[in-house]
Amino acid sequence: MTDVSQPSPVRPALHEVVRADGGRLLALLIRQLGDFQLAEDCLQDALTSAIEHWQRNGVPNSPEGWLLQVARRKAIDRLRRAARLRDKGAEYAHLLELEATQPEVASEQLPDERLRLIFTCCHPALDERTRVALTLRTLGGLTTEEIARAFVVKPSTMAQRLVRARRKIAKAGIPFRVPDAEEWPERLHGVLTVLYLVFNEGYASSGASYIRADLCEEAIRLARILLRLCPEEPELEGLLALMTLHHARRPARMGPDGAMVPLEEQDRAAWDHEAIAAGAALVETALRRGRPGPYQIQAAIGALHAEAPSAAETDWPQIVLLYEALQEHRDNPVYALNWVAAIAHTRGVSEALNRLEPLQRSLGDYQPLHALKADLLRRQGQYAEAVQAYDRAIAQANNDADRRFLEKRRASISR
Amino acid sequence: MKYLLLIYGAPDASPAPDSPEFEAYMAGYVKADQTFEKEGVMRGGEALEGTDTATSVRVRGGKTETMDGPFAETKEQLGGFYLLDCDNLDDAIRYAAMIPDAATGTVEIRPVMDVSQFEG
Repeated sequence: MTDVSQPSPVRPALHEVVRADGGRLLALLIRQLGDFQLAEDCLQDALTSAIEHWQRNGVPNSPEGWLLQVARRKAIDRLRRAARLRDKGAEYAHLLELEATQPEVASEQLPDERLRLIFTCCHPALDERTRVALTLRTLGGLTTEEIARAFVVKPSTMAQRLVRARRKIAKAGIPFRVPDAEEWPERLHGVLTVLYLVFNEGYASSGASYIRADLCEEAIRLARILLRLCPEEPELEGLLALMTLHHARRPARMGPDGAMVPLEEQDRAAWDHEAIAAGAALVETALRRGRPGPYQIQAAIGALHAEAPSAAETDWPQIVLLYEALQEHRDNPVYALNWVAAIAHTRGVSEALNRLEPLQRSLGDYQPLHALKADLLRRQGQYAEAVQAYDRAIAQANNDADRRFLEKRRASISR
Repeated sequence: MKYLLLIYGAPDASPAPDSPEFEAYMAGYVKADQTFEKEGVMRGGEALEGTDTATSVRVRGGKTETMDGPFAETKEQLGGFYLLDCDNLDDAIRYAAMIPDAATGTVEIRPVMDVSQFEG
């Protein structure tokens, strides 16, 4: 006898399938149906019937195969009902043929069309926030509510953004394809940007909690999938290494008082040294390919920090050189700011303060600029000026952990 | 899919007919036209006279009102268009980038509505 009071294992099992393979199923359906929205609707239908069927008959041997087959049947129903056969005739015939010839298949036999899906979701004709949301929704299998929470917008706003995106994909003819060689570097860069935005939102979240490990891990997971689909892309390896190295320091990045802990003061024993070794090895692999780029260089810097036994024993001259190389790749005042922070260790604090001066024009109210300035002034013993800089940094802080850290530092020098 | 490529630019941004750059600019259009024809996507395209020649018309209460000037006074004006039949947006973007005025102005790509969905 089954105990009806026991919670059903079907929902967690289904959730697992969606998180792990939802993107794969959706990508395959879009390919077979030739319609993004129809594919999403039919997958949703299939998930709804899974709850009912699996509860009654148990979870099938190949849950993905089951979902795919049911979603295809739902598509046949929807196409028939909507009388869209005239413009969907080819897809309909194809579906009927698949239905007749392809019984339930094991998930590992399903072709992987996710690369097309990634490039569709990160298409430059969609705005950047939409690319991020669509990638998390379709490839990450996150719910609209989860994405809305991560980016601190109302679920209805996020839902609208996703509806608009799907409409644009259909109406503007954004293709479901992998870009050709000519477009590849720029389009890949666009995908990497989206993954890094997801990671950064988790790394120093403006939301209620400082570190959103789930978002960081999602970005890392998506980068791993992407790397399997297009191996030997040095910048992709660089980005994955960079995120892995940053994420490895997570246990030490926030103190018990909820204040951010700067790199120099982190408990290095608490870092995930296995992940650090993996990240460092990956960036080395990438750099050996002889096509360096901004993500690889940033990962190399991250590896030098993560592998140093202490802040004092860090290879600062090498870090200075890497920041100089980074600025040759791309002119970015944020890279220049990090270079200034590094030269404080090699050429001294007063030289760093001189170099900081010209950056103030381009970075204006950028919080890390004022935080660095405050720290340099404090180390130089110019406490009155340091307090002023801390005040400006605190005013610009966009999360509590940074604010608490800055307030602690300010309190330590003002009396 | 059909796309209308609307070419916007400030009137003084493209080379004047008596300037030395004008020939190269026009050659760019000839080349774009040839490419669109050769690849079989060209469905039409024209250059427009300036907005100082525009007339705007609307019917209100059954009465036709005519105004001198464009619908909207903007610095960047609609200067011409192409109608192309492409496989997808990526192709339309690639063709839009071949239009000489894209280098100084902006080309807006608008998908043409598929009205077959409304036919019985």
